[in-house]
Amino acid sequence: MTLLSIDWFFIIEKVLLISGVLVLSLVVAMYSTWGERKVAAWIQDRLGPNRAGFMGLLQPLADGGKLFFKEEIIPTNANRFLFVLGPSIAMLVACMTSAVIPWGDTLVIAGRPVSLQIADVNIGILFIFGVVSMGVYGIMIGGWASNNKYSLLASVRAASQIISYELPMGLALIALLMLTGSLSLKDIVEQQRHGLWNVVYQPLGFFIFLVCAFAECNRAPFDLPEAENELNGGYHLEYSSMKLGFFLFAEYINMFISSALISTMYFGGYAFPYMDQLGLDPNMVTILGFVALFLKTLFFIFFFMWVRWTVPRFRYDQLMRLGWKIMIPLALVNMLITGALVLARQH
Amino acid sequence: MQALTNRAKAVDRRPMTFAEKMYIPAIAKGMGITFKHLFQKKATVSFPEKTRDFSPVFRGLHVLNRDEEGRERCTACGLCAVACPAEAITMEAAERKEGEEHLYREEKYAAKYEINMLRCIFCGFCEEACPKDAVYMSETFAPANYQRKGFIYGKDDLLIPHPKEGK
Repeated sequence: MTLLSIDWFFIIEKVLLISGVLVLSLVVAMYSTWGERKVAAWIQDRLGPNRAGFMGLLQPLADGGKLFFKEEIIPTNANRFLFVLGPSIAMLVACMTSAVIPWGDTLVIAGRPVSLQIADVNIGILFIFGVVSMGVYGIMIGGWASNNKYSLLASVRAASQIISYELPMGLALIALLMLTGSLSLKDIVEQQRHGLWNVVYQPLGFFIFLVCAFAECNRAPFDLPEAENELNGGYHLEYSSMKLGFFLFAEYINMFISSALISTMYFGGYAFPYMDQLGLDPNMVTILGFVALFLKTLFFIFFFMWVRWTVPRFRYDQLMRLGWKIMIPLALVNMLITGALVLARQH
Repeated sequence: MQALTNRAKAVDRRPMTFAEKMYIPAIAKGMGITFKHLFQKKATVSFPEKTRDFSPVFRGLHVLNRDEEGRERCTACGLCAVACPAEAITMEAAERKEGEEHLYREEKYAAKYEINMLRCIFCGFCEEACPKDAVYMSETFAPANYQRKGFIYGKDDLLIPHPKEGK
């Protein structure tokens, strides 16, 4: 249907897809809070939330409702505009990254191919990096606008941590990009669909990326910016009500997106073994592929939680030492080896 | 210095080897332990639905006992109040009138009998002091109320139900 030289089906399709992905990330993030508490409880031989609904499944709703009804406090000397901007940026950035992740192959609906990717940008990975780096502004602005020296100190720590770990993350990715030769996530997945998963070629790169993803998400053992017991909340010390909720929620969305990203780049994305040999209907394969990606993502979310409740928090100097003296050299070595191998294979 | 037990171990202060400095095996081991705990029996008791068994000598909230015919056993002698280290018990005595023999076992009875559950330390001395077997400590515990005065238990809170009439 083309009216006024606009393909309306295209717009409807994309709007539906964007809403779908947004709802998916929000629901997964919401239930990650439940999952986090359950996993924490099980690891500590407890039961976890089990009062609100069956197995405590209504707990996230109760928590969200509680946050909405809490009193909104903006400190007197805080910069009101920036104070509100902080959590907004955190939330916006967290929701934006999902746009370039291919959630599945192409569905054919009424003879019209619908790609399960919002935007197949040919610089997908760069887009994600650009957007994720903006997340630090949310933390920095939030901490600074609170007009509280502890918030500011915590946000400075957060910013330096995120910047330090973005470097090895990028270097690990460069090695991956040497192999794939493409920045589009769709291409990367399609290559893995017809070959081996990238984690086989890039085990060290995967490991570095994983560790850096922990640091980028401010998750334990790198959760110094918001070390609950030591800093009393860190950069969101002065926040209350849903503004606090947004900061916390953004973290869970980030965790979901990084898990999806790790699955996409290193574990085949929506590709699963024998997907082209099953002889199923292509639409069915696409749906199964989406389920496969979702399960991989859930596994990594679980992994994030598993690590959080196992490994104690780093000291700040240990964090910096690990980032600059170990991760970056390792990533550089990985990059050199990969480059050498790629060159050797070409000749 | 001689060790008290032979369990003491000297601390290993050798510098860490390269494998140890990598920390990865140690982290993997730790993650193995936490993974095992995911499936272990949970220590939690889901309290209001399930309760733990008490020991036979558990001292919970008090009850005032009746005899087989449903008469109050308490004779308001005040020994429990004297024995109480927290001074939680107060009472007022009254004389049994003609025609009240089916209500009170002794010629003197407690017209008012109060235990302040906020003062009570549940030591069980009142139970021990009672010559008439009137005060007992039950297995009920964890009372809840909105006001402090709700924790001052009177006779209607403490007396056990009548064995025949049910009240």
